[in-house]
Amino acid sequence: MDGFTPVSALAGGALIGTSAALFLLLNGRIAGISGILGGLLAPPSRETGWRIAFLAGLVLAPLAYAGMGGGLPPVTVDAPFPLLAVAGLLVGFGSRLGAGCTSGHGVCGIGRGSPRSVVATGTFMAVAILTVLVVRHLVGA
Amino acid sequence: MAKIVSAFAVGLLFGLGLLVSGMADPAKVLAFLDVTGRWDPSLAFVMAGAIVVSTTGYLVARRRGRPLLAARLEIPNRHDLDPRLIAGAAVFGIGWGLAGLCPGPALTLLTVAPAQAATFVVAMVAGMLLFRLVPSAAAKPAVQGADA
Repeated sequence: MDGFTPVSALAGGALIGTSAALFLLLNGRIAGISGILGGLLAPPSRETGWRIAFLAGLVLAPLAYAGMGGGLPPVTVDAPFPLLAVAGLLVGFGSRLGAGCTSGHGVCGIGRGSPRSVVATGTFMAVAILTVLVVRHLVGA
Repeated sequence: MAKIVSAFAVGLLFGLGLLVSGMADPAKVLAFLDVTGRWDPSLAFVMAGAIVVSTTGYLVARRRGRPLLAARLEIPNRHDLDPRLIAGAAVFGIGWGLAGLCPGPALTLLTVAPAQAATFVVAMVAGMLLFRLVPSAAAKPAVQGADA
């Protein structure tokens, strides 16, 4: 159990939940990242503006974080570039086929008791755990 | 305009949550998924914190009915479990497990680890575009443009 950080995890989780709650209360929308990004791939519409604005906020968040004094958070990306590309392709395709990702199904969907989201989250968690097991322990790191 | 400003603020808050919680660090995500290795259960606390607050927000929003800045709540209304949902989640899970990145953190990392995050994000958008090319897959979502 290296680097177990329950307090910051809970606090950060609460921020994510607050963001999802505000989006529903203000814009009436689900804060599902893959859905918001995927919607931008359709021809421009009246929805294009808020989708870009949401994603811009997401992308600029590290600057706000650094501006509050802590500097940029330490981040470790171990996957080599070809693996990042394969993983990105699978995540992009899978999130659209399954109509959601960690945020849309995992946070918002479970939060409103959607059976589809509960099943989707259980499935991608189980498959991701299995994938890490295979990559790290069976194939050998 | 208000809708756009609030979307930006909400996106910013979401990204801050990812950074504070550790969810934006792929190494930490992989340590959470590595249950047979040196397991780091932190991300279960992220999910728990997020779900408790988002559930509260959902209950309040449903009671109020009309959101502040929009005509109505756009909430997915499907309840059936179809093969696409399971297959999509499984494909997503493989990708998530390979790199420790999912869509939100990948976008947030564009300003922290630009080369790696951009590689992932470009591939992710390509995957989403590929999905649009699959004729049967392009069948209608639960609520047009409002899928989770």
